[in-house]
Amino acid sequence: MRITKYVITSSESDILPSDIAMKIYGSKYDVNVKETCFGVVVDGEEEVINALIEEIRSLDPAGIFIKDRGFPPGDPRRCRGRRGGGARPGFYMIESEAKMLPMISRALAAVGEVPAVPAKKKPLMPNKLEDIIKEGLI
Amino acid sequence: MAKVIVYPPTSMILSDLVERMGHKALVVSESVRKLATANDIQSPPLNVTPEEPKKGLRYAAVDVPSGVRGRMALIGPLIEEAEAAIVVEDPGWLTGCAGCNRTNELVRLLIRTKGVPLLDLAYPTDDAEARVFVQKIKTFLEGLK
Repeated sequence: MRITKYVITSSESDILPSDIAMKIYGSKYDVNVKETCFGVVVDGEEEVINALIEEIRSLDPAGIFIKDRGFPPGDPRRCRGRRGGGARPGFYMIESEAKMLPMISRALAAVGEVPAVPAKKKPLMPNKLEDIIKEGLI
Repeated sequence: MAKVIVYPPTSMILSDLVERMGHKALVVSESVRKLATANDIQSPPLNVTPEEPKKGLRYAAVDVPSGVRGRMALIGPLIEEAEAAIVVEDPGWLTGCAGCNRTNELVRLLIRTKGVPLLDLAYPTDDAEARVFVQKIKTFLEGLK
């Protein structure tokens, strides 16, 4: 069965989408590849794609992320070239999560004990506020 | 290898972390692929036929909007297949397949009532939270068969 995967690079990664595309062009695998601003889209037989993405991930294990995609690359139902421009519908989710990728990459690359996160401040409860007002005014 | 459903069902970060740990992430794009690339396209362009909202009836009543039932036709079978779940608190910017709040409420409810091992998280906002986020997911997934 043919499958399609996104390969997305963290903005702090030293690997560029063009590096990934060049690696795929130079590989032995028979796949379709499309370079985008955030990574590449690869399409091919399932076993081939699974082997390929492991090789791609090894370029920067903490900085390269893989996501499944339903539509093949360049599909006229999703390609903005055929839809009159604008981002395709799934891009907004990738855009939002891509902003977090540098943090996730650093967390994946980090070794040692995980630091404790200080508890977040909770909003002041109304009864506590009433007590404070009474203490101040009465 | 366990089948782990992630919420949001279109999340890149969660599906990537699950696959990294050697498990199978159940994501909605798999269901979309089955429809969009089927050889026998009956209802172009997306091949969503009147059968899809009917499949959704298994999860939501007939008076529920067809958008919810249509989405459930894709996400419902994934929930049934799931052996574990990772749920991230709604970040407020979900779109597309995950852009319907009523569907999202139903998906979270069905995941919780299924009784599979569940990890509840929130998206990290700084480096320290990101380390805890990744560590919790690692520990949870290592504990699965």
